[in-house]
Amino acid sequence: MSPTPQKTFFWQPLLALWLREMLRFVRQRNRVVGAFATPVVFWIFIGSGVGTSFNPGFGPEGASYLQYFFPGTLVMIVLFTAIFSTISVIEDRREGFLQGVLVAPVSPLALAGGKILGGATLAVGQALLFLALAPLAGFKFGLLSFAVILIVLCLLGVALTALGLLIAWPMDSTMGFHAIMNLFLLPLWFLSGALFPVEGASPWIRWIVQINPLYYGLCLMRVALNPGGDYYRVLPDPRWCFVVTVVFAAVLSAGCAWLIQRRRQA
Amino acid sequence: MEGKAILSVQDAGFSYPGRTALESIRFEVGSGETFALLGPNGSGKTTLFRILATLLPVQKGHIRIGECCLVNDPAGVRSQIGVVFQAPSLDKKLKVIENLRYQGMLYGLSGRELADRVSRALERLRISDRAQDPVERLSGGLQRRVEIAKSLLHKPRLLILDEPSTGLDPRARRELWETLAELNRSEGMTLLVTTHLMEEADLCGRVMILDRGRIVALDTPGALRRNVSSEVITLRGDDLEGLNAEIRTKLSLTGQVRAGTLRVETRPGAEDRLIRQDLQRILETFGSRVHSVTLSRATLEDVFMKMTGRSFESGEGAE
Repeated sequence: MSPTPQKTFFWQPLLALWLREMLRFVRQRNRVVGAFATPVVFWIFIGSGVGTSFNPGFGPEGASYLQYFFPGTLVMIVLFTAIFSTISVIEDRREGFLQGVLVAPVSPLALAGGKILGGATLAVGQALLFLALAPLAGFKFGLLSFAVILIVLCLLGVALTALGLLIAWPMDSTMGFHAIMNLFLLPLWFLSGALFPVEGASPWIRWIVQINPLYYGLCLMRVALNPGGDYYRVLPDPRWCFVVTVVFAAVLSAGCAWLIQRRRQA
Repeated sequence: MEGKAILSVQDAGFSYPGRTALESIRFEVGSGETFALLGPNGSGKTTLFRILATLLPVQKGHIRIGECCLVNDPAGVRSQIGVVFQAPSLDKKLKVIENLRYQGMLYGLSGRELADRVSRALERLRISDRAQDPVERLSGGLQRRVEIAKSLLHKPRLLILDEPSTGLDPRARRELWETLAELNRSEGMTLLVTTHLMEEADLCGRVMILDRGRIVALDTPGALRRNVSSEVITLRGDDLEGLNAEIRTKLSLTGQVRAGTLRVETRPGAEDRLIRQDLQRILETFGSRVHSVTLSRATLEDVFMKMTGRSFESGEGAE
């Protein structure tokens, strides 16, 4: 018997899943505390604590740690939002709304896409709120820089939400997710050049940072935040950074669609 | 079976690593039927529900729903079934109407058609006045109705419900079954319900009893009961095992001890006069050892015990 052509829906389910993420966020305002307020508090305390005693060895003369730590905080906001919006998948899939999605004729691409775009939108929205504080931290940049930062935030939002979804989808309990968050996701951020410049680090740390795709997105934002700075001297070529960030987002998104297709019936 | 088969299961089997959950089961459900899958925990009914809902693959055999084959065309099957889960698939942070709207969108509905179907589903389940309420503010019974409304939006041909009355109080449970009966009566909706509650299975047109992954009985509730006996004598007292043995020897009646009671079957098809005679003989012979006696109609539980030799509660294994 030849297989009957399958009829699945894409755009409407994608829109439904995205809208649902937005509405849920609006109705659960405490999520802002975890994903936005916590990184901001870290930025203020760690940034002010280290102050000007920190010298990255590049960038504007007299730059403070508040400035160095700023793009890292942007990435932290994106990472935390991605974690919060994907950890819910674990229970939602077995005892919640996602059960209904799995038994509907929804394309796996729409399922992955709706969830990833929803998480990425929230992540970028909150990161932009923080970006509004950039002038207070002493940054001066134009529209082009803003466009670069926005594009990088979108790519990192997609990549990190997809990464969260890849981890959460096969899991049975949120306990496992917390373990991976502590052992993998947070180190991914620590070792991206967010907290300290890679140039002065031990060779093995430098090696890890250089294979960390987050490092390249972070470098792009560092350059965009400080137009005219001497970053080209030490940071990788921005074109290369852009390619790595695009590939990072694309590979993880495709991985999600593949995993959902493969493990829909499990 | 009433109408043309809407669900056909042929030699379906399923195994988890190291354990067989379903063994070559075979049955059909006709269009417009109400069909119960009854079984204790570990009987395989949840596995069967998950296969029919397309959440588990068909490992062995063939399953057709409507014109679609579950193996080759799961997407086709998905558009023909409505699924009501034991743990509600509602987003409690969203309003009732939002839950319904997003559900409709999953089936490609939009615009006017989506709005019309949502408002019709709300009316059908008598929840129009709660459309703007967040789901988390509704009672368990109302949430169940929203869940059913959601599952009907795409006009499924078969509604599959997994233990739909779990967590409901007796009143909400009664209302749920009235709603289901109404759906079946007025719109000819085919219902397949998994349950471990005898009284719920009794409300269905046909009952399939599963035990350890096998079908042990499949018929109308009345016919299943007739196979056992029309009436059962339930005794409470001391040393029920000993009493059971003596009743078997002296009166040639079979019984089973379960949950502090001895249930003695009367002779199948016996007239009232003979049943009363049995009752009288039990009381005369063993009266001093019996604390109380009840004469009642046989239940599906008695059918299960007769077929499997075990009580319904002693089902083991996780599903």
